[in-house]
Amino acid sequence: MIQYFRDNQDQVLNWLAWHAWLSALPLVLGLLIALPLGWLARRYRWLYPPLVTVAGLLYTIPSLALFILLPGLLKTRILDPNNVVVALTIYTVALLVRVVADALGAVPNEVLQAATAMGYRRIGRLLKVELPIAVPVIAAGLRVAAVSNVSLVSVAALIGVPELGQLFTNGFQLSYQAPILLGILLSVLLALLFDTVIQLAARVLTPWRRAVAR
Amino acid sequence: MIRFDKVSKHYPDGTVAVDSLDLVAPSGQITVFVGPSGCGKTTSLRMINRMIEPTSGKIWLDDKDTSTIPTHELRRQIGYVIQHAGLFPHRTILDNIATVPLLLGWDRKKARARSRELLERVGLPGHFADRYPAQLSGGQQQRVGVARALAADPPVMLMDEPFSAVDPIARDQLQEEFLRLQNELGKTIVFVTHDIDEAIKLGDQVAVLRVGGRLAQLATPGQLLSEPADAFVAAFVGRDRGYRALGFTPAGKLAIRDEATIAMGSALAGAESADGWLLAVDDQGAPQGWLRLAEVDRAKSVTEDLLHRGGTVADQDGSLRSYLDACLSSPSGRGVIVDGTGRLAGTVTAAEVLAVIEQRSAAQPAEQQQAVGQQAVGQPVVEQPVGGSQ
Repeated sequence: MIQYFRDNQDQVLNWLAWHAWLSALPLVLGLLIALPLGWLARRYRWLYPPLVTVAGLLYTIPSLALFILLPGLLKTRILDPNNVVVALTIYTVALLVRVVADALGAVPNEVLQAATAMGYRRIGRLLKVELPIAVPVIAAGLRVAAVSNVSLVSVAALIGVPELGQLFTNGFQLSYQAPILLGILLSVLLALLFDTVIQLAARVLTPWRRAVAR
Repeated sequence: MIRFDKVSKHYPDGTVAVDSLDLVAPSGQITVFVGPSGCGKTTSLRMINRMIEPTSGKIWLDDKDTSTIPTHELRRQIGYVIQHAGLFPHRTILDNIATVPLLLGWDRKKARARSRELLERVGLPGHFADRYPAQLSGGQQQRVGVARALAADPPVMLMDEPFSAVDPIARDQLQEEFLRLQNELGKTIVFVTHDIDEAIKLGDQVAVLRVGGRLAQLATPGQLLSEPADAFVAAFVGRDRGYRALGFTPAGKLAIRDEATIAMGSALAGAESADGWLLAVDDQGAPQGWLRLAEVDRAKSVTEDLLHRGGTVADQDGSLRSYLDACLSSPSGRGVIVDGTGRLAGTVTAAEVLAVIEQRSAAQPAEQQQAVGQQAVGQPVVEQPVGGSQ
């Protein structure tokens, strides 16, 4: 496996970089879309059941089907990596809408009351009070989505997108285990890296939780 | 001044939370809304800062109709304290207190300096500034809640059961300090509680509300105890009304007699007393406890362990209630009265206190009204009893 890596170092690192990019970008985009949707599901209670149900259903669409369907819907080329970005953004949104809605819903009522009574307006209250308090729960959801994305991206190798999944298709075609093992190893390492980055970011954003734990 | 002008709150399902409330909360005073759950006291409070909008009627803040002020501006000039404090868990104590000043656009330095000052004012140590709410006890959190409400020095404060979630000892302390703070600050306060004892202790005037959101009685605490407007108020005010009402009547002209004393540490040989009880005082003249001559060794001198300390001590300027309690709790049957500095002023007997109470009763009701009026400022209004609306 190490030998395989040495022989194909440039190619593998290129795939790794693509893999990281294709799973990280949808994570950020998905979060940015899920935040307002989750807020809406909280704000208008009647929206919560349909939003969460639709989000759950979206996640059940097989990723390969989505990769193949999207070019037709988006008028993109089949090999365009943007297809993967869009598909994974959809999955991220599907995972995070409920998380964001529930995280905002877990902010204690008396804290919301106090914020409103102090004279916060709606947006100010959301940005300065609700979101900061919701960070730990959202971060937990984001960790799940990150790992899920890293794993889902590899499927895109079947439609020829350059990423670590190529190692699996190559290994399969050559009946050769080394690239497959390498692909698994690098995927796991990448997932671990994302997980660590999210955890660290959450730690930095929530000094109040550590103070309480002391 | 806050004025409710025929304010009602009806919900679409037909529930009437508040029914045509007319009431004035005078400037610089504490007005307490009290009543059983479902009486609309919290709803009434929240209509003041428009957390809830009235269905009809108007609420005036001094000469301004609150419905004409943008809600966020209105709320920034009204302090608000709630049960469990509702502190922001993600902000330090100092930043919690600085919330409204920062919303009002104060610069950070000034807001922080002001917050430090308030932290001290509510009796918390300076090093709490950088802690987070979860590191504080419930009572401490509630002090921060009060400091936060006071931060921008609002003329009006709304308090919604602020002390009901803390333990009884902390609550007593918080109530005392709240009254001391109010003495210094003179805010216009509307205070909601379900606890009639708290209402009577804290209120300059008390509004008793009944289920369905109707005002049953608006009166000073003393009047509430001595003249409940109807059976509902009488039942709600509860037991021992006669005794509790004495707490609002100064003992005033009650004559006190001199009491023979013995100094701590002096010899017991030759000590005498008509009834066998002798009051021990320290070198400042402050009463320490009663000595029963029959049970002490006359060869010894007066020491701490010989004293009976069961009796309460009444302040000379205190109420008839504190005088009577001093008598009833005294082992010798004579109530100990002290002056403002804690030195012995003399003693009274229960019979003497009761004689004064009986004289007052004979002179009812005019004199009683007057006695109660000494405690209260402003013009309390007794509403006509409202019948059968439930």
